Amino acid sequence: MIKLLVIIMVNFLGVASVWASDGGPIPLKHASINLADKAALYRGAETFLAQCATCHSAEYMRYGRVATDLHLTATQANGLLPPHLKLGDEMVGFMPNDYAKAVFGTVPPDLTLIARVKGADWLYTYLTSFYADPAKRWGVNNAVFPGVNMPDVFAALQGVPEPEFTSVKLPDGTSEQRLIGIKAPLVPGSMTPAEFDTLVRDLVGYMVYMAEPAKMQRMNYGPYVLGFILLFTLLMFLLKKEYWRDIKSTIRSE
Amino acid sequence: MAEVPVNTARRRFLTGSAVAVGAVGAGFATVPFLSSFEPSARAEAAGAPVDVNVGQLAAGQMVTVAWRGQPIYVVHRTPKMIETLPSIDAQLADPDSKVATQQPKFADNFYRSRKQEFLVLIGVCTHLGCAPTYRPEVAPRDLGPEWIGGFFCPCHGSKFDLAGRVYKGVPAPTNLFVPEYIFTTDNLIRIGVAEKQA
Amino acid sequence: MIQKLGKWVDDRLPVSHFWNAHLAKYYVPKNFNFWYYFGSILLAVFAIQIVTGIWLAMNYKPSAAEAFNSVEYIMRDVNWGWLIRYMHSTGASFFFIAVYLHMFRALMYGSYKKPRELIWIFGVLILVALMAEAFMGYLLPWGQMSFWGAQVIISLFGSIPFIGPDLALWIRGDYVVSDVTLNRFFALHVIALPLVLLFLIGGHIMALHEVGSNNPDGVEIKTNKDEHGKPLDGIPFHPYYTVKDLFGLGVFLFLFAAVIFYWPDGGGKFLEAPNFIPADPLKTPEHIAPVWYFAPHYAILRAIPDKFLGVLAMGSAIMILFFLPWIDRNPTKSIRYRSMAFKITLFSFVVAFISLGYLGTQPVTYWTTLFSRIFAFVYFGYFFALFVVSRLEHTKPVPERLT
Repeated sequence: MIKLLVIIMVNFLGVASVWASDGGPIPLKHASINLADKAALYRGAETFLAQCATCHSAEYMRYGRVATDLHLTATQANGLLPPHLKLGDEMVGFMPNDYAKAVFGTVPPDLTLIARVKGADWLYTYLTSFYADPAKRWGVNNAVFPGVNMPDVFAALQGVPEPEFTSVKLPDGTSEQRLIGIKAPLVPGSMTPAEFDTLVRDLVGYMVYMAEPAKMQRMNYGPYVLGFILLFTLLMFLLKKEYWRDIKSTIRSE
Repeated sequence: MAEVPVNTARRRFLTGSAVAVGAVGAGFATVPFLSSFEPSARAEAAGAPVDVNVGQLAAGQMVTVAWRGQPIYVVHRTPKMIETLPSIDAQLADPDSKVATQQPKFADNFYRSRKQEFLVLIGVCTHLGCAPTYRPEVAPRDLGPEWIGGFFCPCHGSKFDLAGRVYKGVPAPTNLFVPEYIFTTDNLIRIGVAEKQA
Repeated sequence: MIQKLGKWVDDRLPVSHFWNAHLAKYYVPKNFNFWYYFGSILLAVFAIQIVTGIWLAMNYKPSAAEAFNSVEYIMRDVNWGWLIRYMHSTGASFFFIAVYLHMFRALMYGSYKKPRELIWIFGVLILVALMAEAFMGYLLPWGQMSFWGAQVIISLFGSIPFIGPDLALWIRGDYVVSDVTLNRFFALHVIALPLVLLFLIGGHIMALHEVGSNNPDGVEIKTNKDEHGKPLDGIPFHPYYTVKDLFGLGVFLFLFAAVIFYWPDGGGKFLEAPNFIPADPLKTPEHIAPVWYFAPHYAILRAIPDKFLGVLAMGSAIMILFFLPWIDRNPTKSIRYRSMAFKITLFSFVVAFISLGYLGTQPVTYWTTLFSRIFAFVYFGYFFALFVVSRLEHTKPVPERLT
């Protein structure tokens, strides 16, 4: 009987682990986020507000929450804060919707929860996978999000990477260029590849935190709650054993 | 059926500890539910400190601002108003503001404010929560010849002087509350911030 | 003094009668195993869902404009709101885990058989009400999955001949799933269905306490009583099973808390990733997967190439459960004394159910459709096989007393 339960559980976990990867031409890279590294999250917050928040909103996140959760000093907190807002305010968009529609044809999506929708690895790979594509409106395309309608905001820092194509023969005899990866930019940016990689990781870390600030709390409380329940369960186990000696002994005596 | 002797001491001890641990656990479990009734981050953000510029406020005038959804009265008192304050002490219920919770330490004086000329009060009557009206005029017909200016509550007729101190023989039991505030500049009052937080 | 007060109350309210009838002098077989924990666990989960649900309703706003925002408000701004919300969302999944295991126990030990048919029927009614409750609750966060899931399920009703389109319109109260739908689902989710569940659970337990529990041996303990009318193989529920069930509850709460604190989205199964995007009636997510607990039924639906027949099959997959007490014609209750044929039948059913659950969450391909059809066949095949096997099989002799 227990075996059946094990089968059920294994199957269940198996189902859970198969969550379809977002198919792009290149595999997702592992972002390896550390939410305990508050300094990295703070750097990520700075990058987010400098690079992303000009176009995107994060309308469920309050500046003050970032300051409290990341243990920021008053100077650090006020540094993140635009002059016309207060710490209690949410990270609303700065770009008027009409303007955004005129420039991009759409309002850039809110980014508060994007890490819960796409996952850290996707974000990390996406942000490092822009490549030069003169045919596109912003002169760039993206390897994990082909045809994305977003400029490469890191062009100055990273440079614009070059695509790597391979020729694929199609069944009808013609051939097609397919993207298989991206290579170093022709003109390097102001950051070394390692510096840029850290910047993006920190940014993704911040976005993961922003998507679920409660994660820090649940990680903190988790061990205590589980420990307490364990203690209670152990006591109940001993108590059950104690009471059930009545039953076991009567069974034996018959 | 051979009865095995029951170890009642052990049984009682285990039951006791299980009940105790269970009760503590149940106690802990109520914390999130009770705590969720506290003001949320949104309510706290909406209740953030409010700035009032009194540079343009003429002597004798009052301005009302909202802080945490409550009316805050800021009065620019004339020197005459301040002079007459002690003259009515005998008619007041608590002229020396003895109830310490009614005002921050800095307002524990006869004029009940940081600067004598600027009075800052929570405009909520201590009787049943109406907003008293500002009546600066001396001896108006309805309030009688004794009136030297103050606040009159239209709901139940409570009277307060120009420092928010309550008169004797009116329904309101205590003086009007003075909120925490600081002067960030000479003319800028920030309401809702205590000195050490600033 | 306290005794006096106790007596005063007892003379006016049958407190001690209730205590004795359902706990202290309610006799239960002494050989319950692991599978018998889930009844009390389900009661606990029901209580957790009610309490956390009340607390969520304090900050949730049932309108299309505000629903999504109010859930994020609970997750971020309300003190401990995240914990209450995760308890509720995780509770929903654990409710179904426990219900499915509880039902599997009944299949194994023949707990649906005479004289317990009514307990089983109440149980299936609870399952149906719970599914409706879960479905309506899933719309409330007003994310993409909420919206499109509701859209798809309500469209199912539209396939019923003649009345279908009007019925779907009537359920939605609008031409699409909208603010109106959300608002009525909210009312049904927080008031109507919990009340229905409460009454059904009451009926389930009353029926159970009337005839007494079955057990892993499938032996009726009431047939062997001592001179005082106390079943020889029975032990009072309190204290023996109260302490045992509390221990089981402890283990359960440990797993429950582990998920809440470390794995609240259940790998995208308890909280689906696209549901963190607000509902957008103009844009369907790339892949709509139902929540895992509806996946087996959804897979059956997709396995049938005809729309109405698919809906009919999905409905029958649940409705057929009502007839189980009469489909299984063998008086031997427990799997312990039944034939290999029965064991294989039951095992195939479990495999089919779990496999359908997996297939229902996957995108449609040739292979998933093929396997869905095979396993849907096995699912229904179980009931036909059981009908035949239960009459023909050679069972082992059932002992007089519990082993």
